[in-house]
Amino acid sequence: MTSATSQITFIQPDGSARTIAVVAGANVMLTALANGIAGIVAECGGAAMCATCHVYLNEGSAAFVAPVSEVENEMLESAASGRRENSRLGCQVVVQPGAGEIVVQIPSHQV
Amino acid sequence: MDTMSEAGVVIVGAGQGGFQLAASLRDEGWRGPVILVGEEPGLPYQRPPLSKAFITGKSDAQQLMLRPEAFYAEKGIALRLAQRVCGIDRAAQRVSLEGGESVSYAHLALATGARARMPAIVGIGLAGVQALRSMADAQALRAALGAARRVVVIGAGFIGLEVAAAARALGVEVDVLEFTSRALERSVCAPTALWLTQALQAAGVGFGFNTTAVAIEGEGGRATGVRTGDGLVYAADLVVVGIGVVPNDALAAAAGLAVDNGIRVDEFLRTADPLISAIGDCASFPPETGAPAWRLESVQNAVDHARCVAARIAGRAAPYAKIPWFWSDQGANRLQIAGVAQALDSAVVRGDPASGKFSVFRFRGKQLTAVESINQAGDHMVARKLLAQPCRLSAAQAADPLFKLSDALPAP
Repeated sequence: MTSATSQITFIQPDGSARTIAVVAGANVMLTALANGIAGIVAECGGAAMCATCHVYLNEGSAAFVAPVSEVENEMLESAASGRRENSRLGCQVVVQPGAGEIVVQIPSHQV
Repeated sequence: MDTMSEAGVVIVGAGQGGFQLAASLRDEGWRGPVILVGEEPGLPYQRPPLSKAFITGKSDAQQLMLRPEAFYAEKGIALRLAQRVCGIDRAAQRVSLEGGESVSYAHLALATGARARMPAIVGIGLAGVQALRSMADAQALRAALGAARRVVVIGAGFIGLEVAAAARALGVEVDVLEFTSRALERSVCAPTALWLTQALQAAGVGFGFNTTAVAIEGEGGRATGVRTGDGLVYAADLVVVGIGVVPNDALAAAAGLAVDNGIRVDEFLRTADPLISAIGDCASFPPETGAPAWRLESVQNAVDHARCVAARIAGRAAPYAKIPWFWSDQGANRLQIAGVAQALDSAVVRGDPASGKFSVFRFRGKQLTAVESINQAGDHMVARKLLAQPCRLSAAQAADPLFKLSDALPAP
């Protein structure tokens, strides 16, 4: 790997956490699936069609990722666990070059 | 050779449905053996991107894998890849694999999917004629598109339109030939289809409707064009066939199970043999409405069928009752469908198609049956909820942009 690494930390509803090293361009959903992180369903495989990779993005992480798009905004309205101010679709949260640690909380359910 | 071990759940087919059943069995706490048998050589993968991001080179095979290899070991799911099940011995509760091995089952799930339908026309076997179903098909198509200058797509269904959009994005000349009078005839109403057709025409895709492909012309074993019923020849160095699929139900039929455009199952997704279920594209099942059995081809259908059967095997049986939904990405445009309409259902447009964002609400009498949304994800997501309960939305409300759709939902 030539790109500088960043990290994504996944916090489960029970409070347990795992941190995964990633490179710019990685997204939260694919990183979770590739590393066996429970609680991300991703039924549509990253097309922003199903809202089953819902996560809550910790406040300090928002600066490291692009903001919510219109489509993502509409899909989040129907996330199975309630939408909050910091709700995101994991498939749309892409690690930017030079990003610091991105911390996401996984909701209690996705379907 | 026999595999002597505790009999578990044997899943035939390692596509979206087979994969999901294996995963959901573990989610449901089922501890017995799970054996997932697939004909294709690689790990289970997502099919939808094959006709979209994958053929334009925007995603690679690695990204399409549903889970990494380690997942299966961690979950205790035995993968038997590149293996074909060639018979079911129901009395002995065993399946036989090509090569002679047999595997016993306590429960057997058929998730055999479907295969591309190919027209029986002259020249269909020529090089440069490609269907699109598997990763291998998509890899061949991606390579061919890289070298192609003119593509003819036979069939204006989802696959045909998605491939046409992708090919245009690569700068390839594209003509779509369709034997009916419009695109997506079996899937959406005329206003939705017309809008998508015009969007593709604006991107430079040519369409020939009421046009039947009668032969593929060739030279030196390679396709050079498609001859149509009206005597024209559309030149092509690549021909993509997208005229639908045929369910893989021969294995079930040979085992004496009822098949009729798919493997017949009841509302619990069981065949007449209670130890054998069928899920996903290959399963013909009764809709909740009591209408005749149908067969749906979608990720949602495969995934929700799998969850239903996993719960039943784990001891929590419930009839299958999920609202079908579908999607299609065509270039930058997103079509999302909730529910299943019939051709004669009315079409009530909400929003201005000229704005590029609208939905069409389909009603049978006063009953909402489906909603087709173009670049209107919000409508789609509310539609899924509206369809999940007795409908309180009227056609007049649906057509009124000032009426808030979620107001037709019961109070939470």
